[in-house]
Amino acid sequence: MNIGLTLLGQSLTFIVFVWFCMKFIWPPIVTAMRERQEAIAAGLRASEEADKKLADAASGAEAELERAKEEAAAIIDQARNRANQMIEEAKNDARVEGERLIESAKAEIEQEVNRAKETLRGQVATLVINGAEQVLESSVDAGKHNDMLNRLAAEL
Amino acid sequence: MAGTTAEYIQHHLTNLTFGQLPDGTWAFAKSAEEAASMGFMSINVDSMGWSIGLGLVFCFLFRKAAVSATSGIPGGLQNGVEMIVEFIDETTQSIFEAKNALIAPLALTIFIWVFLMNLMDLIPVDWIPELAFLLGVPYMKIVPTTDPNITMAMAFTVFALILYYSIKCKGGLGFLKELSFHPFPPYLAPINFILEGVTLIAKPLSLGLRLFGNLYAGEMIFILIALMFGGGIIWFLFGGVLQWAWAVFHVLIITLQAFIFAVLTIVYLAQAHEVEEH
Repeated sequence: MNIGLTLLGQSLTFIVFVWFCMKFIWPPIVTAMRERQEAIAAGLRASEEADKKLADAASGAEAELERAKEEAAAIIDQARNRANQMIEEAKNDARVEGERLIESAKAEIEQEVNRAKETLRGQVATLVINGAEQVLESSVDAGKHNDMLNRLAAEL
Repeated sequence: MAGTTAEYIQHHLTNLTFGQLPDGTWAFAKSAEEAASMGFMSINVDSMGWSIGLGLVFCFLFRKAAVSATSGIPGGLQNGVEMIVEFIDETTQSIFEAKNALIAPLALTIFIWVFLMNLMDLIPVDWIPELAFLLGVPYMKIVPTTDPNITMAMAFTVFALILYYSIKCKGGLGFLKELSFHPFPPYLAPINFILEGVTLIAKPLSLGLRLFGNLYAGEMIFILIALMFGGGIIWFLFGGVLQWAWAVFHVLIITLQAFIFAVLTIVYLAQAHEVEEH
């Protein structure tokens, strides 16, 4: 267990290993570790940003949806109003048309009645004259009695 | 290999030593006495071999992780290596405030290398020495950190760094001032210098001897437990339980000692970088 050349040998070995570690082991490992740390930090930052963007987009979409709903409701309202209005108009038109038809029908009926009255009057006058002629057994002067007959006819 | 208990222990505590015999020839020592007679001109081949081998294991593993290091998803090896590197990096940053690219890699090398060398202590004490003996190698100590040469060499290297950075950061005069103007007023400079000098010298000694002492004692206990295995079935079982218990406890010790060596190195070098105002 005496102290000897081992002391020097081990010192040299020690120095060589430390040098090797300092040159070829420590820097690459520490560099890789630092780089990974930065990469992870950047990744975390990016994911945070993405989260925020996602939240923004979600709230934007919600607002858009709300707006679309309102618009749709407005359109439906408008459509309903328009429909009501059209129904009203149609009803009015129908009523007016109906009244008009009734008016014209009434006028026609009146005309028809008048015409029938005229015809009847004419026929009655002829009938009366024929009847009177037969009653009197004499011819009646058509010229003399025409006025009286026409008066009779008008009274019918 | 078989022999008295004392011989067994002695055998386990003897390094495989290559050196210059008193008669001037170079050879492997055939006994502890022969190794002792070699004096300084000897080298513990087993300690050096295992320590270099384990250092290469460290370099290979960590270099492999470093080459394939990616900032993307790390693999298993990279994960483990990064965990250790991060741990050492944080420890260094919490203690060492100045900028020095050497400190953290130095601490990492010490931590892992010393840990691996200590780890050899958990291999049952007889396996590899017996194997070596069968292959014709007389001695084989596989735990380099139970060799004071190894621990003191690392401690002195750290000490050299302490001196270098002290002088570099404070200047030769500043370093002398720090040693002399503390803790008493400047007119007691000689006393201060002696006190601070002792403190300074104590740094490498405590660093190296603490590691050596802990591991040597741990190894010794493993050897003593191993002695029980020859004493019949009761002793064998008892020894087995003890061996297991001590190994579990030792896992803590070897990690702790490796960490202490690394942290104290950082602390001492941080002190060397501190420029105090006086």
